[in-house]
Amino acid sequence: MFVTAAYAQSTTTEGEAHEPAAAGEVHTETGVAPEGEHGTGVFPPFDSTHFASQLLWLAITFGLFYLLMSKVIIPRIGGILETRHDRIAQDLDEASRLKGEADAAIASYEQELATAKAKGHSIADTAREAAKAKATADRTAVEADLAKKITAAETRIADIKSKALADVGAIAEETATAVVTQLIGGTVTKAEIAAAVKASAGN
Amino acid sequence: MSNDPTHQFLVNKIVPIEIGGIDFSFTNASLFMVATVGVAAGFLYLTTSQRGLIPTRMQSVSEMSYEFIASMLREGAGSHGMKFFPMVFSLFMFILTANLLGMFPYFFTVTSQIIVTFALAVFVIGTVILYGFYKHGLGFLKLFVPHGVPGVLLPLVVAIEIISFLSRPISLSVRLFANMLAGHITLKVFAGFVTSLSALGALGIGGAILPLIMTVAITGLEFLVCFLQAYVFAVLTCMYLNDAVHPGSH
Repeated sequence: MFVTAAYAQSTTTEGEAHEPAAAGEVHTETGVAPEGEHGTGVFPPFDSTHFASQLLWLAITFGLFYLLMSKVIIPRIGGILETRHDRIAQDLDEASRLKGEADAAIASYEQELATAKAKGHSIADTAREAAKAKATADRTAVEADLAKKITAAETRIADIKSKALADVGAIAEETATAVVTQLIGGTVTKAEIAAAVKASAGN
Repeated sequence: MSNDPTHQFLVNKIVPIEIGGIDFSFTNASLFMVATVGVAAGFLYLTTSQRGLIPTRMQSVSEMSYEFIASMLREGAGSHGMKFFPMVFSLFMFILTANLLGMFPYFFTVTSQIIVTFALAVFVIGTVILYGFYKHGLGFLKLFVPHGVPGVLLPLVVAIEIISFLSRPISLSVRLFANMLAGHITLKVFAGFVTSLSALGALGIGGAILPLIMTVAITGLEFLVCFLQAYVFAVLTCMYLNDAVHPGSH
C-alpha cells in the first residue's frame, strides 16, 4: 500500500537523512521534483549513476583495509598465535624434561635402595656368621674345658677309689685277722690272711 | 515516504567530487565503507594491541576469526592457498562488518549495492584467473577439462564448465547482494506495518503486535544471515582459489 505510493518520491532525497515521518504523510518539498539526478523509476541498488563513485570508494577503502590487514593485523595475530604455540611447545618440552629428570631420580633412588638392601643383607649375614662361629668356638672351648674337668674328676675318683680299695684290703686283712683271732684264737699269718682277702676281693 | 522499503538503499552525495566528468562523490555509501574499514580494522587493532599470551575476551574474538578463516582456507585450498590468506581474511571481515553495520537502524548497508558485491566478486575471480595463468600458464585451462569424461561428451562438458566458471562472479555477487537487500526490505516492510497499523487506533495497535513480533524475529534472522553470507562468500572464495592453486584436481 504505502510501499508503492511513496516510492517515486523517495528517489530524490539527495543528501537528506532518513526522516521518521508518519505513515501516509506526503512530503511536498521533495515530491515536487521527482526527476532528479537519477532516473526516477530505477530501483536504488541498480541505479548506475553512483557506480563509478561506489567503485572508486570501494577500491580506496577495501584497498586500505587489505593493506592494513596484510601489513599490520595478520602479522600481529599470527605472531600472537605463534608465540603462544611456541610457548606451549616449550612448556611441554620443559615438562617432559622434568619428567625425565624425575624418572632418573626415581631410578637412581631405587638403585641406591637396592644397593643398601644388599649391603644390609650382607652385613646381617656377616654378623650372623660371626655370631655363629663365636658361639661354636665358645661351645667347643666350654666342652673341651668340661671334658678336661671330667677327665680330671674321673682321674681323681679313680685315684680315690683305688686308694680306698687299697685301704679296704688293709682293713679287711686287719678285720679278718681280728675275726680269725677272736673266732679261732689261734694265730694266722699275715700272708695267709692277705691271700684270703685277695681271693674274696677277686670274687 | 519513510515507509518506502527501498529508501534505505538510496545513495546520497555528502561531498560532491567530479573528476574528468565522472561523478566520484563521497556518498553515504562511501561513508559507510570508511566506517566498515574503521570499525573492522579498529577492532582487530585495538583488541590485539596487548598481544597477550593469555587472550582477553575481545582478543580471542580476533584470534578466533583469524583461525576460523585460516582453517577454512587450508581446508578449501590446501597449504599452497595460504598465500591468499590476507585476501580472504580481508574479504570476510569487510563483508561481515559491512553486513553487521547495516543492521543498525538508519545505517547504510554497503553490501546491499550490487555494484559493491559485484566488484568484490570480480576481485576474487580476477585473482583466480590471474594467479591461475601466472602459476600454471595454459595448464590452468585444465580446469575446464575434467578427468575421465568420454571424448564424445567432452565438448559439452567443457562448455558447461566454462559457463559455470563465468557465472561464478554473478552468483557470488548476487547471493550476497540479494540476501542483504531482501532482508532489509522485509524488515522495513514489517516495521512499516507496525507503524501504519498502530496509527489506526486501538484495534490497529492490537493488530500491530504480530508484525512487531515478526520484526524482532526477522532481526534475529538477519544477524544470522549477516554472518552466514560473509561465511559463504569466504568459503566460495576459498573454493575458487583452490581452482587457481590446483587446476584439474577435480
